[in-house]
Amino acid sequence: MSGLLQQLFNGLVSGSFYALLALGLSVIFGMLGVVNFAHGAFYMLGAFGAFVLLDSAGLNWWLALLVVPILLGVIGMVLERAFVHRLMHLFPLYNFLLTFGIALILQDLIRLKYGVTSQPYPRPTILDGMVDLGVFTYPKYQVFVLVLSIVLSVLVWLVLTRTRVGMIVRASTERAELTQSLGIDVRRWVTPVFGFGIALAGLAGVLAAPMRAVNSEMGADLIIVIFAVVVIGGLGSVVGSVAAGYIVGMLTEFGNFYIPALSQILVFVLMALVLLLRPAGLFGREEGSPA
Amino acid sequence: MLNVDNVTARYGEAQVLQGVSLGVDTGEVVTLVGRNGAGKTTLLRCLMGLHRAMTGDIEFDGRSVATLPPHKRCRIGLGYVPDDRGIFASLSVEENLTLPPVTGPEAWSLEQVYETFPVLAERRRQAGTHLSGGEQQMLAIARVLRMGARILLADEPTEGLAPLLVQQIGEIIRTVKAHGVTVLLIEQNVHFASTVADRHYLIAQGRVVESLDNAEVEQREHELLEYLGI
Repeated sequence: MSGLLQQLFNGLVSGSFYALLALGLSVIFGMLGVVNFAHGAFYMLGAFGAFVLLDSAGLNWWLALLVVPILLGVIGMVLERAFVHRLMHLFPLYNFLLTFGIALILQDLIRLKYGVTSQPYPRPTILDGMVDLGVFTYPKYQVFVLVLSIVLSVLVWLVLTRTRVGMIVRASTERAELTQSLGIDVRRWVTPVFGFGIALAGLAGVLAAPMRAVNSEMGADLIIVIFAVVVIGGLGSVVGSVAAGYIVGMLTEFGNFYIPALSQILVFVLMALVLLLRPAGLFGREEGSPA
Repeated sequence: MLNVDNVTARYGEAQVLQGVSLGVDTGEVVTLVGRNGAGKTTLLRCLMGLHRAMTGDIEFDGRSVATLPPHKRCRIGLGYVPDDRGIFASLSVEENLTLPPVTGPEAWSLEQVYETFPVLAERRRQAGTHLSGGEQQMLAIARVLRMGARILLADEPTEGLAPLLVQQIGEIIRTVKAHGVTVLLIEQNVHFASTVADRHYLIAQGRVVESLDNAEVEQREHELLEYLGI
């Protein structure tokens, strides 16, 4: 029983990363109609950002958790203004190629400087050690990651559903042109939303630094799974991406434990099933249907 | 109040508007009557800035708005109801009402909207698209009133509605007019048009071919119906 619960917890922790990344990807897709292939690269930059800040400036993890997402968010906004925006009126494949190119450039720049070996990153001291969860003990740091990702997901959901900004984002995501004709300058909101999605990816990267291998490939390995997560949850659906993030996290961890040979493909089997049964994803809205 | 001068527009290769000129005065209710494909919807989209006019000018309140983006046209008082009513599924009824900014001093308060349209108050928390077709149309027009728009541009508000609901929309348009809002609406139903509007423009092949008053519409109803193919 405790073994099962422990797997469940492992799944939720992996799911935390999937959820944060899928959330950003989903918001960006909803608002801009752009599938951001560079999302994994920004996750990787988040981890490297934490590493570089510690290595060269002695900035600790907590500061990195604050500084790195903001910095990457700003870089994301600049990229959006300078490149993504210019291609938005063209066929979506152009931005797909652009962000794919950005991902390759970022990844290779890091490889050029640090190679492909993983960089060590220590856990923050307060979060070192184990915490007793009753049935089993679990690393404090992992518990923190899980709690933070849940809190962040809930916060994003609250902003989207309870605030005026959220209302504008929902409206623009659903029908940009109509929103525009109702007096809202949709273009003004596109850049900050892109930056926000990138910042979330960066934050996931900082969170990953102390528990995952920090190397130039870490984002590329993850992004394919994240795309599957977004498809399972429903493109553009915020609740869907978060829920699918945790579901896929648990699926992979249980898969790793019980049928390791299949663990890599389970997520894609799930994706295929979802596409067969609910083509718009678990929480997606069918095109043209009222709800 | 609204002056359209020789506006042309195209969809790809096809020239949909061949030089439309018309005017709407403050407080008037004017309809655009014409067959499907005559260019009525495109004209309304041009007025709102959603479709690019190739040549010609659009003046609102003596000021050219032809180069303004849609959100700015909305903010100077143009209130748009698209042909599919433009209700957001991901927004509640109340959010659908409060999404656009208040653009004029005559803007209705939410209380005023709910008092006039009690069904919207009952369903304020539901998703906008859970309303019936007639209620969605009501919501779309109420949204324009809440903005305080000075002209309502409505793309066939009665389309697909049962006769009883068409009458209800007629009532709503008279309410809108009574509050001093100017109305330009697309209408296929000439009988209905003559009961709510002051004047009518007959549009054919991207041009205004005739300007009619109510008496003329009534006199020539059969001829017009035949022409419209209804």
